Formats: sequence, structure tokens, C-alpha cells
Amino acid sequence: MPIWLFIVVSIIKSAILLFILLTAVAYTVWLERKVVGHMQNRWGPTRVGPFGLLQPAADGIKFLFKEDLTPPHVYKPLYIAAPMIAVIFALTSISVIPFGNSVWIHGQLIPLQVTDVNVGLLLILGVTSIGVYGVALAGWSSNNKYSLLGGLRASAQMVSYEISLGLSLVGVLIMSGSFSLRQIVEAQQGHFWGFIPRWNIFHGQIIGFFCYLIAAYAETNRIPFDLPEAETELVAGYHTEYSAMKFAMFFMAEYANMITVACLATLMFFGGWNGPIFGPYALQVILPVFWFIAKVFVFLFIYIWVRGTLPRFRYDQLMAFGWKFLLPVALCNLIATAVAVAW
Amino acid sequence: MSIHLILFLFFGAVAVAGAINLLAQSHPINSALSLIAVMAALAGEFLLLGAEFVAAIQVIVYAGAIMVLFVFVIMLLNAGVEEHTKGSRVAIVIGIPGMLIGSVLVAWALLHSYGDERVVAGALPGPPATIATLLFHEFLLPFEVTSILILIAIMGAVVLASKPQAVQKRKEH
Repeated sequence: MPIWLFIVVSIIKSAILLFILLTAVAYTVWLERKVVGHMQNRWGPTRVGPFGLLQPAADGIKFLFKEDLTPPHVYKPLYIAAPMIAVIFALTSISVIPFGNSVWIHGQLIPLQVTDVNVGLLLILGVTSIGVYGVALAGWSSNNKYSLLGGLRASAQMVSYEISLGLSLVGVLIMSGSFSLRQIVEAQQGHFWGFIPRWNIFHGQIIGFFCYLIAAYAETNRIPFDLPEAETELVAGYHTEYSAMKFAMFFMAEYANMITVACLATLMFFGGWNGPIFGPYALQVILPVFWFIAKVFVFLFIYIWVRGTLPRFRYDQLMAFGWKFLLPVALCNLIATAVAVAW
Repeated sequence: MSIHLILFLFFGAVAVAGAINLLAQSHPINSALSLIAVMAALAGEFLLLGAEFVAAIQVIVYAGAIMVLFVFVIMLLNAGVEEHTKGSRVAIVIGIPGMLIGSVLVAWALLHSYGDERVVAGALPGPPATIATLLFHEFLLPFEVTSILILIAIMGAVVLASKPQAVQKRKEH
């Protein structure tokens, strides 16, 4: 592939993916309000459009036109940079996620992914670990005790749970022998005894999966681990002093991270785009993408379900759980997987 | 000039500028953020030399984990703005020429000690499996010894930070 074609294809793919991701972020917010509403015997948004479907658009317009207030005592450079850091790194990590097989277009084999790098998984982990700075710096630069406490909680929590998150994924890496997300998915093709799919979760990684899921909830600051923005204690935590589009950027970052976590769970444990594929070529291209999106949707739904069901941890419980339970379990899973594979 | 060389020079300039900014800033948090920029730029350099795995680890470990703890401590202690001092005359008279001589020596030694085996900018990425084989076969002993050394350091830190038992018991009574 000549270099100019590569650049053009990459730009087109990035633009399409960014559009899809931002739309997905907007409609995840809608889905959350709707599902949590029904769980609490309410309707959720109903007024804007049928089933409140245009609510995200209305919210977006509102965020753009609200007064963008900057409190007088903030440290301005970081106060402005923090939401940008949060949203940029949240959107970057989607670039290495493959969402389907490769497609032949005009004699060129184009993978359905912005870029396939050897160390795709590490890149996602690295980018999300940089995203912590958005939250931490927002808390610090706001010059507000609630914000500072939120920022401190967020950085301590994310550093603690990142270890369990990484360790829970190493089991899958041992089994597939690659950091490339495309190769990890390709290693999960086929079936056991003809009907159980050969996904990693059915391949002895069920403990690893639950460790990943719990640690990922903590990484994205979602209930039951939403202590950085616990509204009953900290007003709104690290984004107390933010308004209008700056606040919306934190919101977008949180939901984009949720989607990344759901994509990663699908790729690592649930076989990615593997699923029943049949029919003509066009259907064979679309079906894998459909399976991938369906699995991601299930994980997003579980996120919302958990939010509607569980209460918040206390802070000492959060730390004790992360270090004294989750980390040893993830380590044991890693050792057991290594022994099983070596045998 | 190839695009790789341009990128290499760009990341190098970012790393040097970040390092200078780290020294020039008076607020600790700005210095810490400059250090993160240096780490990220170094990761870019590794990437251009074909070391994808090292680049990713550089970002995860240094920029992502260690510097988060630095920022955390600065935030927790609420460290304020440092006062600018004029600097000692010794630093200017001996320090700057010394730094220049040192960097020239290092550059000269590096240019002369390696023959044609130098890695070129834009080299093909090496698979992580190569590094794993090196670490766990040829350099297994140094690798394990280093990890034990770090473990000892952690234990020492815990011992130093924890209160002596006698003091704790007195408080309980």
C-alpha cells in the first residue's frame, strides 16, 4: 500500500470511528438514564423526540450554550488542560481496537481497525493510565477541598486497581501468546465439542474475567467504586468547579472509557467478533461487526444494571478489597494459568 | 530528510525542552508535568527505533504509574511555589563548562564505540517475544536479582515508614 493511500485510509477510518464513538457515548448516556429510570419505576427522558431519543442532542446544545464559568481562585493553565487531557486520552484508546475481520475494498485488504500494532493491549493500558492525570489535575487545580479530595481518591484508586486490571489480563496473554488484539481474537476461533465457542472465558479464564470486570469498574470511577465523585460526601468530587462544555468533557471521557472497557472485555474474554457467520460476502463482512457491537452492548447494559443495583463502597473497604482480595485472586489466576499452559 | 528523522528530532527537542522546563519551573506540579512530557517524548523515541514494547512500558510504568504517585504526593502535601534563588557562583563557573565537557565526552564515546551496528530511525518493530526470550533465558539471573533488590527496597521503605511498636503500644494504653 503506498504511503499516501495509507494516510488517506487512516484519516477516513479515524473520522468514521470518532463519529461512531461520540454518538455511542451520547446514546450510552441516554440508555443509562432510560434503564436506570425504569429500574427505579420512572420513565427517564420522554419529552425530546420519540422515547426521548433526541435528548442527547438537546443536552449537547445546552452544554454548548451554557455560561462557561471559571472560578477566580483556580490555577488556570491546568484547570483548562485537565478536561482536555481526560477526553483526548479516553478517545485515543479506541484506535487500536479491532471491530471486525479485514475487508477487500478495490483489491486492498483493509482491516476494520484504525491501526494494528504489536503491542495494542499495552497501548490501551498506557493511554488509560495517562488519563488519570485529567482527573487528578482537575481536582488539584480547582483549588477546592472537595475537588482535591476527589482528585486524590481518584489517583489512589486508579493506581491500586490498575495492578489487578493488568494481572487479570496476563492470563489471556499467556494463552494467546501475543499483545496484538487482532491475534488475541483470532486465537479464540473455533468450538469445543462442536458447540461451545472457544472464547477465553470458557477456556479457564472465568476468574480472570471477573477480576478484570471489577477492576475496570474501579478504573472508570463507576458505581460501586465512584468515590472520586461521591455526591453525598464531595458535592461532585473532582469536577465540582467545572461547568458547561468543560464538565461535558469529563462526562464524555467517562463514557468513552466505559466503551473502551466493554470493547476490551469483548476482545479479551468473549471472542471479539467471532460468532455464527453465514450468507453472501456482504453479510459475512457485516455479521462479525454486528456480533462485536452486540457483545459490547451487553457489557454497557451490565454497567448500567450495576449502577441501578449496588450501593457505594466505603473508602477503607475499597482499598482493602483492591489490595487484600482482588490482587491475590488475580495473582493466583495468573499462576494457575501459567502452570496449566506450561503443562 | 525522511519523516522518521523529522519525528526523531521533534521528540528529541520535546524531551530536552521538557527537561529544561522541569528545572526552570518554580511550582512542583509544573515540574512533575514536565517530567511526564520528557517520559512521553522518550517513549516516542523508542517507538521510532523499533522498540514498541519498551515504548509502551515506558509510558505505563514511568508516565502512568510512578509520576502519578509523584503528583499524588505533591497534591497531598500541598507543596507550594518554591522561591527562586540566584544560584551559586560555583554552579555557573564549574557547572556549565563541566556539563558541556561531559556531554561532548559522552557523545564522542557513543559515536566511536559502536560501529555499523547502530539502530536507524524508523527501524522495523521488534516483537515483544524477543525481549521476553532475552529476559527469561540469557539474562534470567540479573533480572531476578534486580527484582529481589527492588523487593528489599520496598520492605525497607515500609519498615522506615511504619511507627515503632513501642510508641504504638504506649498510645494504646
